[in-house]
Amino acid sequence: MDDQVLKGGEVLRQRAAKRRKVNDVLVPLAASIGVFVAIAFLVSLLLYVVSMGAGRLSPSLLFEYPSANPREAGMRSAILGSVFTVGLAGLICIPLSIATAIYLTEYAGNKWWSQVLSYNIANLAGVPSVVFGVVGLGFLVYGLGLGRSVIAGAFTLAILTLPYVTVVCVEAIKTVPEDQRFGAYALGATTYEVVRYIVLPRALPMMLTGGILGISRALGEAAPILVISGLLFIREDPTSLLSEFTVMPLQLYNWISRPQLAFQQLAAAGIIVLLAILLALNSLAIYLRQRFYRRLEEG
Amino acid sequence: MSEAIAMSSLEDVVSGRSELEVNQTSAPDDAIIQVRDLSVRYRSRYAIRDINIDFRRNHITAIIGPSGCGKSTLLRSLNRMNDLIPGAVVEGKVLYHGIDIYSKEVDPVALRSRIGMVFQRPNPFPMSIFDNVAFGLRVNGIKLTKDELHRRVRGALEKAALWEEVKDRLDAHAYSLSGGQQQRLCIARALAVEPEVLLLDEPTVSLDPISTAKIEELLISIKKDYTIIIVTHNMQQAARVSDYTAVMMPDENMVGRLIEFGPTKEVFTRPRDRRTEAYIAGRIG
Repeated sequence: MDDQVLKGGEVLRQRAAKRRKVNDVLVPLAASIGVFVAIAFLVSLLLYVVSMGAGRLSPSLLFEYPSANPREAGMRSAILGSVFTVGLAGLICIPLSIATAIYLTEYAGNKWWSQVLSYNIANLAGVPSVVFGVVGLGFLVYGLGLGRSVIAGAFTLAILTLPYVTVVCVEAIKTVPEDQRFGAYALGATTYEVVRYIVLPRALPMMLTGGILGISRALGEAAPILVISGLLFIREDPTSLLSEFTVMPLQLYNWISRPQLAFQQLAAAGIIVLLAILLALNSLAIYLRQRFYRRLEEG
Repeated sequence: MSEAIAMSSLEDVVSGRSELEVNQTSAPDDAIIQVRDLSVRYRSRYAIRDINIDFRRNHITAIIGPSGCGKSTLLRSLNRMNDLIPGAVVEGKVLYHGIDIYSKEVDPVALRSRIGMVFQRPNPFPMSIFDNVAFGLRVNGIKLTKDELHRRVRGALEKAALWEEVKDRLDAHAYSLSGGQQQRLCIARALAVEPEVLLLDEPTVSLDPISTAKIEELLISIKKDYTIIIVTHNMQQAARVSDYTAVMMPDENMVGRLIEFGPTKEVFTRPRDRRTEAYIAGRIG
């Protein structure tokens, strides 16, 4: 009787073992298929864009204004518009996000409204970007009378990226070990000093990385700017905060929607430029992070 | 530290001292901290309850007891570190020089510069050895010339028995030190602010026996200048270093109680409580 039970148990154990071994092979396979599909899609897209647009890459693409003649057209005004609005958005959004995150984690405590704030910020991250554009149009463009200007676009993009960057900043602050904080408090440091000397030095690299990634998301946004600026064809540099402007994604959208092959190629070349800028930003984020961490560990 | 200095810096801790009642109790004259009917709960769950104990100046008091008996909670309530833990509520009184540290007039930041703390795991800041020790001086706004600062840092490192090992590399990163050295650095960091009381929460639990011995030695060597309260898991350690021993034990509801307190020798040789005897003999915990 005992033997039979033991044998039954033995058989059961072997089957379980076999199934676990199969899982050990199948799961990574399934997971890697996911990665493969994503990468294959990305690479084919990239190849298509490069084969289509490489021939049209030229200085004129960067330095000329848009034109009805695809051979002469460039995206100068769009590049400048993007740099101004997105750069300004970063300058607004990153300090604001860091401040929000510090408030939520270090000062607000566990009070109910800090919880409400956190939830709402997380929810904002899921709001479609065009909604931010509509709000910006109503509040900034008409309400405050800023017009369809660079500053209205910058604020809209800043508010759009704020939830994402704030969430990253909160996560960055959470990576600061509790014992570091307690160590400083135990020496008679105030909350401000703990933030200034313990929390920020450690969290800043991750915060900046998040900020740069947030900015690169803003750089690719077309919908909210379409609502704010409305202009797809500008032959003028943005010279002040109140200038009218357009951005790269809108310029690309304009070109893509034209039937001529030459404009399609122009759009592809523009996409290459946009991708190059995004890649440069992301590399900068990685570089900054590495450098800061090395400095932190090696003193 | 002289009484005059102690009292003058106490005025930093308490603003409007005259409005406070200074509690007269039957405590020994040299009781620097008196704990009266202290209970601490985390939301609705009590961690320790009805603790009464006096800590004497320039003595080492050990708090021992099994895991979960509330030793660390008691220690953290002595310099208001519990304030930093969400949901922690302190009831009862902790009198420091007769002043309730939980009264509104007491600034916890100033209090913590008088009652320092060293933690279980060494937690040096990610900066140089020198900057670690100078950190407390800098945040407390103590204005010093470069020479004075250097002297204070050196003095603290000497007291913590670390100076000889690090004097040639004060600019080295604190993480380049061994675990035992890091813990002594944390002690030096706490001493640099010149507190009156030093709280240590199982300071040697993550260290090897040699590092442990060094820290025990240094604690005994500095007790003439400080009041030391040490939480430890290790009964031999309590017996080796402390003058007084408090034994804590969770009751049937897992609420920490103080079951025995007295001179270390008596607690270890003639315990009054049966549970103390069992704990010391290794039958509990």
